[in-house]
Amino acid sequence: MRLLRIVPDDTKFDFMRFRRISFPMSALLSIIAISLYFFHGLNFGIDFKGGTLMEVQSKVGDADLAKMRATLGALGLGEVQLQQFGAPNDVLIRIAEQPGGETAQQEAVRKVRGALGDQVEYRRVEVVGPRVSGELLSYGVVGLMLAIVGILIYLWFRFEWQFALGAMIANVHDIVLTIGFMSVTQIDFDLTSIAALLTILGYSLNDTVVIYDRIREMLRRYRKMPMPDLLNASVNQTLSRSVITHVTVSLALLALLLFGGQAIHSFTATMMFGVVLVGTYTSVFIASPILIYLGVGTGRDSLSAPDRDK
Amino acid sequence: MLYFTRWKATAIVLTALIVCLFAVPNFLPEKMVQSWPKWAQRHVVLGLDLQGGSHILLEVDSAAVRKEKLEVVRDDVRRVLRDARVGYTGLVIRGTSVEVRIREGSNFDQAVDKLRELSQPLGGILNTTGQRSLDVRTEPGNLVRLTVTEPALVERIRQSVEQSIQIIERRVNELGTVEPLIQRQGADRILVQVPGLQDPTRLKELLGKTAKLDFRMVDVSIPAEQALQGRVPPDSEILYSSTQPRTPYLVEKRILVSGGDLTDAQPGFDQRTSEPVVNFRFNTSGARKFAQVTQENVGKPFAIILDNQVISAPVIREPILGGSGQISGSFTVESANDLAILLRAGALPAPLTIIEERTVGPGLGQDSIAKGKLSSYVGAAMVIIFMLVTYGLFGLFANVAVAINVAMIFGILSLLNATLTLPGIAGIVLTVGIAVDSNVLIYERIREEVRGGRTPINAIDAGFTRALATILDSNITTFIAAAVLFYIGTGPVRGFAVTLGIGIITTVFTAFTLTRLIVAYWVRWRRPQRVPI
Repeated sequence: MRLLRIVPDDTKFDFMRFRRISFPMSALLSIIAISLYFFHGLNFGIDFKGGTLMEVQSKVGDADLAKMRATLGALGLGEVQLQQFGAPNDVLIRIAEQPGGETAQQEAVRKVRGALGDQVEYRRVEVVGPRVSGELLSYGVVGLMLAIVGILIYLWFRFEWQFALGAMIANVHDIVLTIGFMSVTQIDFDLTSIAALLTILGYSLNDTVVIYDRIREMLRRYRKMPMPDLLNASVNQTLSRSVITHVTVSLALLALLLFGGQAIHSFTATMMFGVVLVGTYTSVFIASPILIYLGVGTGRDSLSAPDRDK
Repeated sequence: MLYFTRWKATAIVLTALIVCLFAVPNFLPEKMVQSWPKWAQRHVVLGLDLQGGSHILLEVDSAAVRKEKLEVVRDDVRRVLRDARVGYTGLVIRGTSVEVRIREGSNFDQAVDKLRELSQPLGGILNTTGQRSLDVRTEPGNLVRLTVTEPALVERIRQSVEQSIQIIERRVNELGTVEPLIQRQGADRILVQVPGLQDPTRLKELLGKTAKLDFRMVDVSIPAEQALQGRVPPDSEILYSSTQPRTPYLVEKRILVSGGDLTDAQPGFDQRTSEPVVNFRFNTSGARKFAQVTQENVGKPFAIILDNQVISAPVIREPILGGSGQISGSFTVESANDLAILLRAGALPAPLTIIEERTVGPGLGQDSIAKGKLSSYVGAAMVIIFMLVTYGLFGLFANVAVAINVAMIFGILSLLNATLTLPGIAGIVLTVGIAVDSNVLIYERIREEVRGGRTPINAIDAGFTRALATILDSNITTFIAAAVLFYIGTGPVRGFAVTLGIGIITTVFTAFTLTRLIVAYWVRWRRPQRVPI
């Protein structure tokens, strides 16, 4: 049986030359992403903004959004958003955080239940009070920082500081672009988004580390090779693995995206963007060439061979 | 890299097998598993998002705890100064302290000494920190300020949380649900998780009520309407009825008998009107107090007060000596039943506020399970086919390793009695991706070594050696992310972190041992002339 070869043997793409395009492009995209965050904003879910989210399913045929909107609008709960969610009889109701502290949120749910009555099945009700939402947000941000720092320290121990720094720049780049994606698509930004960001971080790093590992190996073996050539060779040698792995991860994600249902849709969509599009691009076009600028391999001849080999 | 001693090979296979076996109870009917020994019964628990149920986070009202504590201090100060016959003025609660002005400068020092005795060391006999319950300071103008210290308040809140947990347990158990989870979270919070609940309204009613029951006399010296105009007698207060329209009652502040003296409460029906009522019984001291009060006040109304609302204010027709009585007050069958539950379980030491609620109906849970299964199967099938197409026989090895890997994840999840959530299923699907990656790394390395001119066996050996170092590095970075997720996440997100973290561990294990073992035996068996990848 002839086996599939997605990437031919011994590719010799000049990835490093692309840095003259990829660096400005990434810089531009990052600036766009950051401006999007500030001017377009994220669609914060109730986890971070507080408020109420209800998923209801009409028991009497398709949901009449206009009628429900009128019914709920009359309750005086401020901004009430209705959205069809998956099936035509499924509706997602979002109620902004009510003024008046923790008990006011519960009161809002009671009113909605009263207004909709037995016409609908309450599939999901989530109420997050002001105190919890504030904590969840700070936990999320702190967690993201902690993860980056933890991974950095690990890389610093395993490699040299330039690698750790390169990986961090690549990391921040990934997260910034993914946040830009979330802003453009206005996907709900909630706790699962933080989970998605952290997983993207892990995956992208995973990729970067595989290439860095190879670069380190090459640095030991070829002491006279110019850095761009060495980096090119490393990326090319690991290219087949990068592609195959990303195909498998995309296949798994695709299954989740298509059949996983609405509940994890935003999670998988974000992952798809972050892992497949950004993560791969970053490790090849950003994380590797940046090592040239960070001065990796400049003093190679002075390194003694034995203590660098394991 | 390809040589395994016999005992090492046996140990690897046994470890994998045993871990996989722990997953078995999940796939057998519950009846069958119940007859097994306890340690073998461990299984994966479905999260609330999959089986449906309510997650409710409650917070002890620390302001109320502080207020109550300050009121106790104020009453203590009054008692101490009265007993010591010290004249005082302006005994008030101001902010976080109690202030009192001693009238005569001559007995100021004596009064302060007496007041200092109110401050007790914290932490009982094991107190090593020297912290005390009150901070007593004097100020010019014979002013004494007693402040409840922060440690004392924290200690009181801790006690409140502990008592509340016990009371909530009693209340929730009355609902007759399976395996409710009630635990402390942080310093002042209680997490209540009740699986399989269609409508949490009743649960929230039961959790949100303090259920402080008092029996007090109605103050009949002036009509309530008149008192409302602004002349409330000092030892009385205005309370409103629990039913609409809200009727004001003027009731005495003095509590005759409280809910703490109840031994039992049951819902029932009034014999004459057949209205739903709650029948209660007092303990001995409660019965004695109640008998005495009713004897002295025949013909006068008294009020039954729940959480500062008057449920009813009947007139005492005859002395109640038996220690049991009846509360009526426009109940429905359900509300009478709930009140009985609340009275039996006892009053909360401080009010609790619901600060977070997440409820998933059973319908959605079922849907999520179905979708999780479908997407896992489709994802796994696609990955398996892709690996076979790409690596042939070695792809098959990889698929076997990944299958064992997933079985081991379930085994470890069962062993930990871990909770499986929908994001948790996503975590397993992603682990499949990572697990495949470890094989890809090894195989690609072998391909390279073959191209580099090594003999097949040499290439396989070198491929494993070099790839494993990379696998370790890349997995540790992902593991750090998973660990942070576990630390900061709650509920579903934590479920994701758990499966991802466990998945990484099993992935590294299978890559380092099982995959290597399978390939090693194949090499020994076939003595390959070329590597088939």
